[in-house]
Amino acid sequence: MSTEDIPQKEHHRIDYPAFEATPKFVELKKRHRSFVIPVLIAAMLWYLLYVILATYASAWMATPVIGVINIGLIMGLLQFVTTFGVTSWYVSYANKKLDPLAAELRHELEAKQKAGVA
Amino acid sequence: MNAGLIFAAEATTAENNPLLNMSIFLAFVAVTMFVVIRASKNNKSAADYYTGGRSFTGSQNGMAIAGDYLSAASFLGITGAIALSGYDGFLYSIGFLVAWLVALLLVAELMRNTGKFTMADVLSFRLHQRPVRLAAAISTLVVCFFYLLAQMAGAGGLVSLLLGISDKLGQSLVVAVVGVLMVVYVLVGGMKGTTWVQIIKAGLLIAGAAIMTVWVLALNGFDLSHLLAQAQQISTTLPEKAYDALVPGHKYGANPLDFISLGLALVLGTAGLPHVLMRFYTVPTAKEARKSVVWAIWLIGIFYLFTLVLGFGALVLVGPDAIAKAPGGVNSAAPLLALHLGGPILMGIVSAIAFATILAVVAGLTITAATSFAHDIYANVIKRGTVTPNAEVKIARRTVLVIGFLAIAGGIGVQGQNIAFLVALAFAVAASANLPTIIYSLYWRGFRTRGALWSMYGGLASSIILIALSPVVSGTPTSMIPDANFAIFPLNNPGIVSIPLAFALGILGSILPGGKKENSWIAAEMDVRSLTGHGAEKEVHH
Repeated sequence: MSTEDIPQKEHHRIDYPAFEATPKFVELKKRHRSFVIPVLIAAMLWYLLYVILATYASAWMATPVIGVINIGLIMGLLQFVTTFGVTSWYVSYANKKLDPLAAELRHELEAKQKAGVA
Repeated sequence: MNAGLIFAAEATTAENNPLLNMSIFLAFVAVTMFVVIRASKNNKSAADYYTGGRSFTGSQNGMAIAGDYLSAASFLGITGAIALSGYDGFLYSIGFLVAWLVALLLVAELMRNTGKFTMADVLSFRLHQRPVRLAAAISTLVVCFFYLLAQMAGAGGLVSLLLGISDKLGQSLVVAVVGVLMVVYVLVGGMKGTTWVQIIKAGLLIAGAAIMTVWVLALNGFDLSHLLAQAQQISTTLPEKAYDALVPGHKYGANPLDFISLGLALVLGTAGLPHVLMRFYTVPTAKEARKSVVWAIWLIGIFYLFTLVLGFGALVLVGPDAIAKAPGGVNSAAPLLALHLGGPILMGIVSAIAFATILAVVAGLTITAATSFAHDIYANVIKRGTVTPNAEVKIARRTVLVIGFLAIAGGIGVQGQNIAFLVALAFAVAASANLPTIIYSLYWRGFRTRGALWSMYGGLASSIILIALSPVVSGTPTSMIPDANFAIFPLNNPGIVSIPLAFALGILGSILPGGKKENSWIAAEMDVRSLTGHGAEKEVHH
């Protein structure tokens, strides 16, 4: 690999591969991925199910539930509800489980870098 | 009902006051220009010009994202689609909203932590810089160009409706004015100015839609089901082509696979749109980037709920016949509804908002494309990173002029063509060429340069080739080239083929033997930095 391919040289004082293996970082990565990946997959499948029902099962979607409100309208509005819900859920998860740990690790890294420069 | 239809159709010509529309629009331009000039005072460094000094708050940026994302296609197009196709227009809007979960959960924060100015910064972080950066920049430029062309053509079409200018020369003139204004905003204000234009526009758009929504609901005794029942009654008793507006299938029912393909492109394209991604760099931290997306999701979601009421409101109050026959067709539903509700003044305001919408979106696209050309292609690929930031910004400014010229020429050139598919195509290209590489480079250590190149070029080429071979371009009376027929691909959107293909190419290119070795040290650095925010680009203080 040529030198031009190495970005951000100033950060190379930190041993990133070693830091990546520290239990705290492993924990942060685990917390992040174990939330975002399954939740996103579920949201995408839920959307896909809705689109497939709306296109292939429109007769079923037309079933009235309350007055003129049918299953299709309820399913469509539920997509809004779940989108808003997942958003709020992620924000509270990130505030509680991700941000404090990320901040702690960031401070550690900044201290390391200062020590390296000095 | 018939009397109402005739009234509405006549009202379009009699009551629509082009002079009023024009002066409200000019007032918007004057106010935004003032703000842009004020905002430009601190534009000193490259970070100032490209990212507004990364000094916007999450809520400001969320507004700007909504302003960037809610194009005329969303406001006029979705309202009109609901008015003429009922449920299917609503179905279309949902993909645009759910898509933001991909940006929120997978992309926004990690991108903010690892990039500087462009999408290519992140994609080339741990892979071989020049080839990956070039591929990412090409795909950025292609997406921006398609999107820009669609907006410019939309501007031309809008004037026929809003300003009463229907001749070719007048429309070309308006396209040129839009292009020149966009160049001035971006040259003078940079990202800061562009962002303020988007914030102001989003505020106006959402407020305008909110007022009309409350108005429509008030006319129905704040009873949504009353409005829906009327919409159902009118649509099922249409003299020809009766359908049920509350049931999906009117527009997309004939070819369900086509809509699934479009739905995939919509839901996966948003998080790969370069002008959306670039907005994450305008805030100081990853946490603010998250807040931006949260604001954007609420604003965009609420806006689409408004369009649901507005679309059915237009269907009931204006009538499908009057909308279809008005100049501008489906796009005229929202302005005609405004005319019905509040007379020429409300219509003037709504028309000005529609113009403001186009201006704000094209400005955002222009600065994204110019940044990508100057920062990725010129500074890093051609000059191999030996350019000073000042020289780079100079190139970016010149690029803005070139893009402005291309946008005006293209916008005039495609007038009268059926190019509504271009926005959907831009989403398909973003979902195929950009998203797989974004996700792999952030989440999969085994991803390698060759996989990135195969995925980006493969996704780009397959989506464009498939659209060229689709009924959109040839083979049907509504095609771009109706007289020829080389439509061997049956769908109007390539997403269902090109997106999985690009994901697969990314895997194949990475796991097959051969190809260059990657630097595992930088991969670890990217991993650590993306999650902790260490070493992320800081806010510029003046």
